[in-house]
Amino acid sequence: MPFSEIYDVVVAGGGNAALCAAITAARAGRSVIVLEGAPAFYRGGNTRHTRNLRCAHDGTAPTMTGPYDGGEFLDDLCRVTGGETDKALAQLTIERSRELIPWMNKAGVKFQPPLGGTLSLGKTNAFFLGGGRGMLNALYRQAEALGVVCLSDAPVTALAIEDGFFTAATIQYQGAAQQVRGRTFVAAAGGFEANIEWLKQHWGEAADNFLIRGTPYNRGDVLKMLLAHGVKPVGDPTQMHCVGIDARAPRFDGGIATRLDSVVFGIMVNRAAQRFYDEGEETWPKRYAIWGRLIAQQPEQIGYSIVDSKSIHMFMPSIFPAVQASTIGELAGKLKLDTAALEKTVADFNAAVRPGTFDHTVLDDCRTEGLAIPKSHWARRIDAPPYYAYPLRPGITFTYLGVRVNEESRMVLNNGKTSGNMFAAGEIMAGNVLGKGYLAGIGMTIGAVFGRIAGEGAAKNARN
Amino acid sequence: MPATDLPRSAALVEADRLMTICNACRYCEGLCAVFPAMEMRRTFANSDLNYLANLCHQCGACYSDCQYSPPHEFNVNVPAALATLRNDSYAQYAWPRAFAPAFARNGLFIALAAAACVAAFIVGFVAWRDPAVLFARHAGDFYKMMPHNAMVALFGAVFLYAIAAMALSLRAYWRDINGESDLRAVGEATGNAAHLTYLGGGGGGCTSENEKPSAQRRVFHHFTFYGFLLCFASTSVATIYHYAFGWHAPYALTSLPVLLGIAGGLGLLVGPAGLFMLARKRDAVLTDVPRRGMDTAFLAMLFLTSLTGFALMAFRDSGAMGILLAVHLGVVLALFLSLPYGKFVHGLYRYLALVKYAREKRTAAFVE
Ligand SMILES: Cc1cc2nc3c(=O)[nH]c(=O)nc-3n(C[C@H](O)[C@H](O)[C@H](O)COP(=O)(O)OP(=O)(O)OC[C@H]3O[C@@H](n4cnc5c(N)ncnc54)[C@H](O)[C@@H]3O)c2cc1C
Ligand code: SF4
Ligand code: SF4
Repeated sequence: MPFSEIYDVVVAGGGNAALCAAITAARAGRSVIVLEGAPAFYRGGNTRHTRNLRCAHDGTAPTMTGPYDGGEFLDDLCRVTGGETDKALAQLTIERSRELIPWMNKAGVKFQPPLGGTLSLGKTNAFFLGGGRGMLNALYRQAEALGVVCLSDAPVTALAIEDGFFTAATIQYQGAAQQVRGRTFVAAAGGFEANIEWLKQHWGEAADNFLIRGTPYNRGDVLKMLLAHGVKPVGDPTQMHCVGIDARAPRFDGGIATRLDSVVFGIMVNRAAQRFYDEGEETWPKRYAIWGRLIAQQPEQIGYSIVDSKSIHMFMPSIFPAVQASTIGELAGKLKLDTAALEKTVADFNAAVRPGTFDHTVLDDCRTEGLAIPKSHWARRIDAPPYYAYPLRPGITFTYLGVRVNEESRMVLNNGKTSGNMFAAGEIMAGNVLGKGYLAGIGMTIGAVFGRIAGEGAAKNARN
Repeated sequence: MPATDLPRSAALVEADRLMTICNACRYCEGLCAVFPAMEMRRTFANSDLNYLANLCHQCGACYSDCQYSPPHEFNVNVPAALATLRNDSYAQYAWPRAFAPAFARNGLFIALAAAACVAAFIVGFVAWRDPAVLFARHAGDFYKMMPHNAMVALFGAVFLYAIAAMALSLRAYWRDINGESDLRAVGEATGNAAHLTYLGGGGGGCTSENEKPSAQRRVFHHFTFYGFLLCFASTSVATIYHYAFGWHAPYALTSLPVLLGIAGGLGLLVGPAGLFMLARKRDAVLTDVPRRGMDTAFLAMLFLTSLTGFALMAFRDSGAMGILLAVHLGVVLALFLSLPYGKFVHGLYRYLALVKYAREKRTAAFVE
């Protein structure tokens, strides 16, 4: 049994951050065990659902259009977080993001240029060949080749921590509780987005209508244990990244395919068939990211994106077919909305649309006039049947609450000291860098950069 | 819009379901030609799906890389779904339609064909001459058993039939998928077929035993494919020798036809044996399990063609020549007869799909 040994490095979690830490420590000659809570197929949490990471580079990366310099990266990060970022850690993230492509290549991860639909990210983001699961498979092969013990179906249920010093983790493994002892600890077990009870503390019963885009196994147990042991929190505990996704998606793990891009092409109404926000406010990707929260604030946490036949082919194809009808009244019937109310909302909207030149790739001059809630761009009449609708619900990507770390990725305690042997990487500490907002690809960047830093730190620490 | 009014087979329904999910996901777009071709469409008519199914090389990469593969509730298994549809499509386009059922129980069909052909030769030799001829020594002169012209007439006729049947099947396919081509597309597709570009999982290689990609399948396929071509070249050269120069078999060991035949024959031993081994180790979840006999039968026929050819060469001066010749000719005849109704056609359909893809990727646009 693998439980008699005292490991140099015990890693909790089995995603990008965990494996980057494990591989780094193993390359430094340390004995490493990875404790993944999910069953083998679901190993790697939300990393399974990713497709790219963001990195600064000089333009010579073969699969990227470039260059993307550090200053521009930092500007982007400051813009989306509204300054809610630890400047030193942000700079560290960006500096070390430069090393990621060669490091990943060495670990067997392959990249590809972006093709359809994501060309706009070709400069800033490196795309994994085969997506996140392809990338994870490569990292697991590398870790195992280096002798890392990788257990799946082995959730950490308790941590033995004394004055910020880790000695052992308890796991539930093959029907029994087991002690895994270690000289250092790396927490890389993600956020708590799949823990509906926890979400309810801040969102009340509405959380029952949230869909979780990623793994059901990111329940925040390790995060909770660390906070209970006096590790300092970071990030707003009430906040989460939340987008509008197809309401017909499964409760958990629907991933990227349930994304909907239709909103800006028509109108969005709530259960009362009323519009509730300017659908033409912003360009992608921001427009994509605001709708989750907006829908979460509507009755029953549901919204309906309505477009007509002019637009139905203008956005990425959807996983579930649109609800289709030849009149607005019929559409209302199919959606179980009040017919008269929806007809009036569409008629009012149509009457308010001003003439303009439609171009969905820029902030065009198609807008409404005289509505309490305007549509400031891309406003075209909804008058060409058949009409189409997609139901949307809030889809939770990740939560912001995490543990405070320093530039060694070492946990900071409530008493201001740093932990003697505990490190954190990935979503569980992403709030240090990303206090708010989102930048495509930054989750994997933070996981890989701090995973490697944590692996280096733990490897050094384990020797002392 | 898809021809949803037509009744669809289960394989078409499943392929449509998966392509719709993949088109919303697109994470595999760098792996092979199937996904970029899919991205040029929003909906999938039967003919689109038959095109995509034949574009797939079944490397398996998109299964091990898929976050929605089973046990996920989306149950996405593109390699198996496309393999099933691809095997259906061979039957759908088969000429004449009456022979389509040969694809359903292909292993049995080919085994029976081989046995019947071997038996026919044995009976034929005996009836033609007398039983003693079969076991007599003929110093390697095959034409003692069967006159050269008779051999050419029989094999020529069967070969021409096979070519015609395959051409008519391919024509039906090409028309159905709205195939368009030009010289550049043909060149590109030929290059892709010769390299087996898309058997590479986008650079990672093929997933055989487990999710670890490797180049083994591609290597053994190359042995098989180029072995086949060399054998074909050997026969062609021999035919030219015979008719153009009046040089008649048996040829010396160092002659061009024999050297080509030996090289090709070795390819047809190593390649099919390797592919068979890999297929046995391969995760069955990636394949069209009920029709795996089709692959095995074709590999067995290629392997036996070569093996019986070598045996004949080795023992052509002995009394076993008569039987060995009957077996070899029987196997070759069965191989020819079954060309249009077995795994051989996979290369032809796939080649046409590659031509269409090479052209449409220059002329069509991604759907966003
Ligand atoms: C649909 C979707 C698409 C995304 N796309 C991108 C993208 O393209 N680029 C990008 O940068 N980011 C993307 N993200 C965000 C990204 O997934 C995360 O930032 C990233 O996965 C975090 O990595 P991690 O290793 O910290 O956590 P995870 O990959 O989520 O791994 C956490 C691990 O901890 C395990 N775990 C949880 N609790 C326990 C326990 N008690 N004991 C043991 N193990 C436990 C989980 O099973 C899991 O394996 C996406 C997210 C989603 C949901
Ligand atoms: S096979 Fe899976 S990961 Fe690949 S495109 Fe399809 S749904 Fe996406
Ligand atoms: S060729 Fe490989 S990656 Fe492409 S569809 Fe077929 S199995 Fe999937």
